[in-house]
Amino acid sequence: MKALRFERNVPRFAAATVAGRLAAGAGAKVGPLRLRSIDPPELPGPGWVEVLPRLSGICGSDLSTIDGHSSRYFEPIVSFPFVPGHEVVADLPVAAGDVPAGRIVVEPVLGCATRGIDPVCAACGRGDLGNCELIAFGRIEPGLQSGFCCDTGGGWSTRMVAHTSQLHPVPADWTDEAAVMVEPTACAVHGALAADVQPGELVVVLGSGALGLLTIAALRRFGRDCTILAVAKHPHQRTLARQLGADTVVEPGEVARAVRRTTGSMALGDGDIVRLTGGADHVVDCVGSEASLAQSLAVVRPRGRITMVGMPGHVHVDLTGLWQREIALAGAYAYGTETLPNGDRRRTFDLAFELVAAADLGRLVSATYPLARYEDAIAHAAHAGARGAVRIAFDLRNEKERNRA
Amino acid sequence: MPRPGFVLDVDRSTPPILFHHGEGFRLERLPAGRSRVIYPAEPLEALKNPDQAIRDALANPIGDSEPLAALLKPGMKLTIAFDDISLPLPPMKRPDIRQRVIEAVLDLAAAAGVDDVQLVAALALHRRMTEAELRHAVGDRVYDAFAPHGLLVNHDAEDPDNLLFIGTTEKGEEVEINKRAAESDLIVYVNINLVSMDGGWKSTATGLASYRSLRHHHNVHTMRHSKSFMDRHHSELHSANWRMGKVLRDSGVKVFQIETTMNNDVFGTEGPMSVLQKREWEWNVKDRISFTAMKAGLDRLPQRTRRSIFQSWQAPHAMTSVQAGEVEAVHEVTTANVYAQHLVPVEGQTDILTMGLPYISPYNVNSILNPILVACLGLGYFFNLYRGKPPVRDGGVLIMSHPTPWEFHPVHHPSYIDFFEQVLAETTDPIRIEAEFEKGFAEDEWYRHLYRTSYAYHGVHPFYMWYWCAHALQHLGQVIIVGGDTRAVRRLGFKPASTLQDALEMASDVVGRDATITHLHNPPILMADVS
Repeated sequence: MKALRFERNVPRFAAATVAGRLAAGAGAKVGPLRLRSIDPPELPGPGWVEVLPRLSGICGSDLSTIDGHSSRYFEPIVSFPFVPGHEVVADLPVAAGDVPAGRIVVEPVLGCATRGIDPVCAACGRGDLGNCELIAFGRIEPGLQSGFCCDTGGGWSTRMVAHTSQLHPVPADWTDEAAVMVEPTACAVHGALAADVQPGELVVVLGSGALGLLTIAALRRFGRDCTILAVAKHPHQRTLARQLGADTVVEPGEVARAVRRTTGSMALGDGDIVRLTGGADHVVDCVGSEASLAQSLAVVRPRGRITMVGMPGHVHVDLTGLWQREIALAGAYAYGTETLPNGDRRRTFDLAFELVAAADLGRLVSATYPLARYEDAIAHAAHAGARGAVRIAFDLRNEKERNRA
Repeated sequence: MPRPGFVLDVDRSTPPILFHHGEGFRLERLPAGRSRVIYPAEPLEALKNPDQAIRDALANPIGDSEPLAALLKPGMKLTIAFDDISLPLPPMKRPDIRQRVIEAVLDLAAAAGVDDVQLVAALALHRRMTEAELRHAVGDRVYDAFAPHGLLVNHDAEDPDNLLFIGTTEKGEEVEINKRAAESDLIVYVNINLVSMDGGWKSTATGLASYRSLRHHHNVHTMRHSKSFMDRHHSELHSANWRMGKVLRDSGVKVFQIETTMNNDVFGTEGPMSVLQKREWEWNVKDRISFTAMKAGLDRLPQRTRRSIFQSWQAPHAMTSVQAGEVEAVHEVTTANVYAQHLVPVEGQTDILTMGLPYISPYNVNSILNPILVACLGLGYFFNLYRGKPPVRDGGVLIMSHPTPWEFHPVHHPSYIDFFEQVLAETTDPIRIEAEFEKGFAEDEWYRHLYRTSYAYHGVHPFYMWYWCAHALQHLGQVIIVGGDTRAVRRLGFKPASTLQDALEMASDVVGRDATITHLHNPPILMADVS
């Protein structure tokens, strides 16, 4: 089958790191990601089925990996070579368990159930799959998600395998574009609810790429009534941020002043703001960069909370303010089960399905590419904001290998 | 004998016309046969002996007032208020008129044995003046005698301990002014009446007032009913100030008004800038070389350097009259003297009004002419330099030339930055802006802190700049800025154009292809007297 595969190749990884520094997405041309003809993954054990990807998104963590920016933290919890692609809508050829044949969305986290581990770990027992303590154990190789594990394959190919516990049927009237947005939406829902925003509070959402926009939508739909101040760089992002529920949208250089105005905070500095004395109750960082973390720290109030939804890496940030202002800094990774403000417990993916439909999030898929044009696809995704796009995806529906028996 | 202002009909032989363009210039050819240029009068004769003229004015007051010497008595409390950094434009060469007048007043006060004297810069909601600016205005001798003892101060419109509520007008407008001034036995107000808007009751009722008081006339309704605010008898802005003046007078606040006028000598008769004061067809070879060299040199300099050069320019303009005594009587004479320099008879209106905006406005002395101030200078000040009716018709087009950089002075204009980033991003409608945003900015503690302790304009000040544009915005069909930063121009709600020809082409969509054009050749300042 045809697949984009990420191989362990130190020289290519080094080349990708250099190229990725010069231009975002350039790692695709020189790095370890190659278009290959490979054997389809074998079923790892009971409960696993083969699925045929239809669309598979390109997310920020994929781009970070391709450009060699990912932290070495991931090394023990991924397994090479792997086929990326964890935002997947696929065809399930035959029914599996309670899931009928047809289109499905893959919930890619590889928790205890997928690994055949029984009894499951405490986190999986609670339904917090993203916090699984055994992602490097069990019957499959290490891998925090499908798309980062050599045994499962990933969505950037014509075939992959998934455990029945990972399958979510797609309503018949949905487009593939809507379905492929479910996984990133689940991340955003988890991040929004993890922030635990209280009524009347001010939430700053840094970044209005796909994750930022989805977080705004999630805060508005599932969070308590709050004021959302979105930070968006590009005109289409500003428009979408407003449509999805932001009360105010500002450009990156304007955020400190906007927070000051909104909160009535005082500021240090003679007209230019050196530091706010107060700030926002919450910052949801959907960028995950050194600059965004520094900006988060600059605009959150004492005893406020920063939730990192965007994937960070090595950053160099002055944490004196975090200490002196007693700021809480927390991550929000993946999904599992959420507690809603009314106390209800629901699976994050169920909430994501609800949100995608309610907010028409399929419209955020801006362009699709065949695997053969992967360099163009990666470049487009890496510059999505500047090019007026939100989410770029691979379209596997017309790949010849996919339709072979 | 200086030549009066006049209107030139542009024909094929008319040379390119000078357009000021921030810290630079453009020479533009206006369409022949349908364009006219309004030129200012040449500078009026200066007073031969200004100090003597001041002494004479103080001794021979106008209206119902005793000579100043007779009003000064031992043991009395005297407050001398004076116009702030916003006047004159550009700042004048030393000695400043204020210094001459204040020294004369202090001489009389000393002779009368008055020892409770305080000087206050009547800056309303403008930024505080720095020591250097105060020294320039009042002179070193006065500064050194008063400032170290806390007797030369900037008015603080947010100081609850030094404001006094006086009363309300018959229209319910609250009058609240500087407490020290209000409780003085006499306020001597020292004016520089650069334009006809300045002076009269506006000096005390605005210059020494609080936001609580100012908001009654610094608003959209007032500005839309001031046609123009350079014409007191058709200006609601002035009517409100006059009503407040009556409240002040009736409550026993006694004001001895000293008003001065100055001539149009902005660029002098020597040096490279002098060419800017000449009419283009009278430029000789030396003028042309001088202008070309100056323009080429400026175009090559970084913006910061250009700004520094222009901001350091001190004009040679000189005093043409001084009158003192009762506020309203004094102001009538002053206004006539201002008009003598500025008014130019103009017949009828045209479809388009063009203007080249210079580097300075009342609110960016030693600072940056940010986009909001660009709008205010063009649509507020220049547009309103008319008596009768605007030189451009209702629904016409205004074309302004200015670089309009997206740049702000953070110390002087902090709330302007937020106004531009937040308010204008939301709407440019003055009514909405006033209703939805003014209060928040006016009462913002950070802006209040910066206004009181640093050198920031009050938080509400950018709103007033936008309200200043309200009459023009209502009157005009379109506003185009030539050579401006595209993003900044669009944020203002105007149309950007690269060249004047492009702007005229764009304007034709609104006013037709054979539209008539008036160019306001300002500065030096002129005021169109449109019949």
